[in-house]
Amino acid sequence: MSIISYLAYPTKGKRAELIEKLEAIETCEVVPSKNHELLIVVSETNNKEEEEAFKNLVNELESLDLLSMVSGFDTNGNELKGE
Amino acid sequence: MFTKRVTPRREFLKKMAIMAAVSTATAMFPGILFAEEQERNLPKGSGDMEWKKAPCRFCGVGCGVLVGISEGKAVAVKGDPKSPVNKGLCCVKGYHSVMSMYGKDRLRHPLVKRNGRYEKTTMKEALDLIASKMKETIKDHGKDSVSIYGSGQWTIPDGYVASKLFKGCIGTNNVEANARLCMASAVTGFLTTFGSDEPMGCYEDIDHADVFILWGNNMAEMHPVLFSRLLDQRLKRGVKIIDFATRTTRTSAAADKSILFNPQTDLAVANSICYEIIKNGWVNHSFVEKHCNFNTGKTDIGYGLEDGFKFKDKGTPSSLKAFEKFLEDYAPEKVEKMSGVSAKDIKYMAALYGDPNKKIMSLWCMGMNQHTRGTWINNLVYNIHLLTGKISTPGNSPFSLTGQPSACGTVREVGTLTHKLPHGVVMNKKHREFAAKIWDVPVENIPAKPSNHTVEMFRALDSGDIKFMWIQVTNPMVTMPKLNRYRDATKKEGRFIVVSDIYPTPTTDIADVILPSAMWIEREGMYGNSERRTQYFEQMVQPPGEAMSDTWQLVEVAKRLGFEKQFYYKEETHIEEIYNEYRRHHEGKKHNMAPLEVLKAQPGAQWPYVDGKSTQWRFNAKYDPACTKEGFDFYGKKDGRAIIWERPYEPAPEEPDAEYPFWLNTGRVIEHWHSGSMTRRIPVLHRAVPKAYVELNPGDAKKMGVKNGDKIRLTSRRGTIVLDASVDERGIPTPGQVFVPFFDESLLINELTLDAYCPISKQPDYKKCAVKVEKV
Repeated sequence: MSIISYLAYPTKGKRAELIEKLEAIETCEVVPSKNHELLIVVSETNNKEEEEAFKNLVNELESLDLLSMVSGFDTNGNELKGE
Repeated sequence: MFTKRVTPRREFLKKMAIMAAVSTATAMFPGILFAEEQERNLPKGSGDMEWKKAPCRFCGVGCGVLVGISEGKAVAVKGDPKSPVNKGLCCVKGYHSVMSMYGKDRLRHPLVKRNGRYEKTTMKEALDLIASKMKETIKDHGKDSVSIYGSGQWTIPDGYVASKLFKGCIGTNNVEANARLCMASAVTGFLTTFGSDEPMGCYEDIDHADVFILWGNNMAEMHPVLFSRLLDQRLKRGVKIIDFATRTTRTSAAADKSILFNPQTDLAVANSICYEIIKNGWVNHSFVEKHCNFNTGKTDIGYGLEDGFKFKDKGTPSSLKAFEKFLEDYAPEKVEKMSGVSAKDIKYMAALYGDPNKKIMSLWCMGMNQHTRGTWINNLVYNIHLLTGKISTPGNSPFSLTGQPSACGTVREVGTLTHKLPHGVVMNKKHREFAAKIWDVPVENIPAKPSNHTVEMFRALDSGDIKFMWIQVTNPMVTMPKLNRYRDATKKEGRFIVVSDIYPTPTTDIADVILPSAMWIEREGMYGNSERRTQYFEQMVQPPGEAMSDTWQLVEVAKRLGFEKQFYYKEETHIEEIYNEYRRHHEGKKHNMAPLEVLKAQPGAQWPYVDGKSTQWRFNAKYDPACTKEGFDFYGKKDGRAIIWERPYEPAPEEPDAEYPFWLNTGRVIEHWHSGSMTRRIPVLHRAVPKAYVELNPGDAKKMGVKNGDKIRLTSRRGTIVLDASVDERGIPTPGQVFVPFFDESLLINELTLDAYCPISKQPDYKKCAVKVEKV
């Protein structure tokens, strides 16, 4: 099981739409910045397939300009994965 | 049981992931707010996690961190909210610091080079070999043929036993540390102006100052947590931040004003600010008359480019009137032409310093210290603060930041430089006697003359005067300037190199023996940060394989060399014994160190620690118990007066010309710690900046038809390198200048840099040499 955080850059003028779409994804939590366009996105998936599905889903969003992975943890192995 | 643990662990790890993202975003966009998350700070833990306090392993800010230990492994880091340094904040390196301990290629066993190949051996055999090689070298070539080269990442006990062994027991002053490359000019700046090393102020100055002037200091990337404190003060109190630099950086973007100057001309601008202060009547005459002397110094002092270069500075008493006359060459309109800084901007900065109603902090680090006139530019910034009397009071603070976690604690305070002793200098008979008594060695053991500073030490290795070098916690085969020469020196016949480190590096590549070291919280120790704060950390996890602390490696070799009496420490209590012995060197109101139990109980203590209290502002009788007169007492000088120095502008030793038309500037990036040997093994940091690049000014790039990612060949008189171009990205150099970070061991920019140094501090200048720039 993986928990991964990302920095998400919205397409210009579509920040609200991006937040709305991301929040609708079950495996995803969104932490918007208070004074910047940037969002933090955290995914929580059970396996690699779910993780890939999440990425594909998010990358198809028109309101998303760029998604950049920051840090990740493998909850099963009790180890920092750093991915 | 397991199921019960999983839910809070998942929640906990999720919050850790968010915090890592917050810290990354904060690093990329200074001032960015995720208020809810930041206020909530970090999770309290997942039940089985034990949090233990330590100073951060990386930079000289000395953030207090809490390390999460689970099942014998360090698995998480959060800022310590009790630490007055960082108040719970952390930067991206800090949050990921524990991951640097778990790289796959961690050194676990000693390796000995035999017939050109490394063979695994035991720690006992490796230490026996080192001791026998040292004995043989000393017997055949004398005491000064052996040397040790450490760093500002040495813990206090590491540096202390290194100095005691080499200076006190063996009897050579061949003890140096890489801090010579990063803050030696700050030391000589303090000593020449105040007679006493290290900042008089502290980080709490940030909470009082109205204006911050950053002298060549990219704080947003190099000291991000302190920079966040500056930004926080701007939000709360509307303070002003001025970035005075040769390159536009993230600091410039976040500052209220960015002022760019031509390389080396900071000397002229600082003098020009003094010119304006005097011209406009902003001198605090009462302060200057009571607390300052004036000196002229030697000029045309050279650059240390010749082997065996010698220079001794000498001050001649002068006066305010003579100083005023000296400054006539530095009217803003004259300096404008040379520096590229408009007279208006020089006057603007002078007015900020001169305004009696504004408290002001000057901050600097490598830009001023890695400078062939590094001591001078430190003196000049002190001149500004002394002329205006803005010093040693809350918010009025010239503040030299350090780059490494214990550059102050170990190198400057323990004294792991050729001329230093824990208390005083080797040239002083009383200081030698004092050290010899505590070390339990004959005073004749300690030579009265310094031997080789860092550049000369590697030159001596080249010439053969030094045959044996032990390198601990540093990576000189990435960081030495003019690297090709010094790498070749280590490979010469008859040299024997020992390297203690945690990962393979270009420096372990030149070793005859590689010792695996225990790092940071795999052992016990202390660091001392930029604000005179000593911080303790306990051993929290076991080191891998046979890895051993640098302290204990040295103790073991010392015993094998026959110094059992001086190295009487027991393995289980040696850190406490060493620290207690070390404290004796600093007894007294000027430098007393806090007892170990105090360091264990709280997030550090600032020396002088007197009557159970840290000292925040030195030289001010209101705060400093060492002052013997009312008001200010610069007691490092016999008469209690600080010195205002006449220091002129002098050019850099190598400037752009027709053949090599660009300045080369080198430095760091936020993601990587120095030579990258730890942070490049942290996937998220490595991925963020996987390799070195060359920044070009967009105008220059356009003229050359260069786009981002194009291959660029840089050539200096010493070497050549091909890098990807970076245009209008993280940093923007001024026209005619390029910038390259030095963290990448596969793209060694120091093969191009020049080994010129400040003749007073002996610190090399990594910020200025001449290169040719070609599109490949």
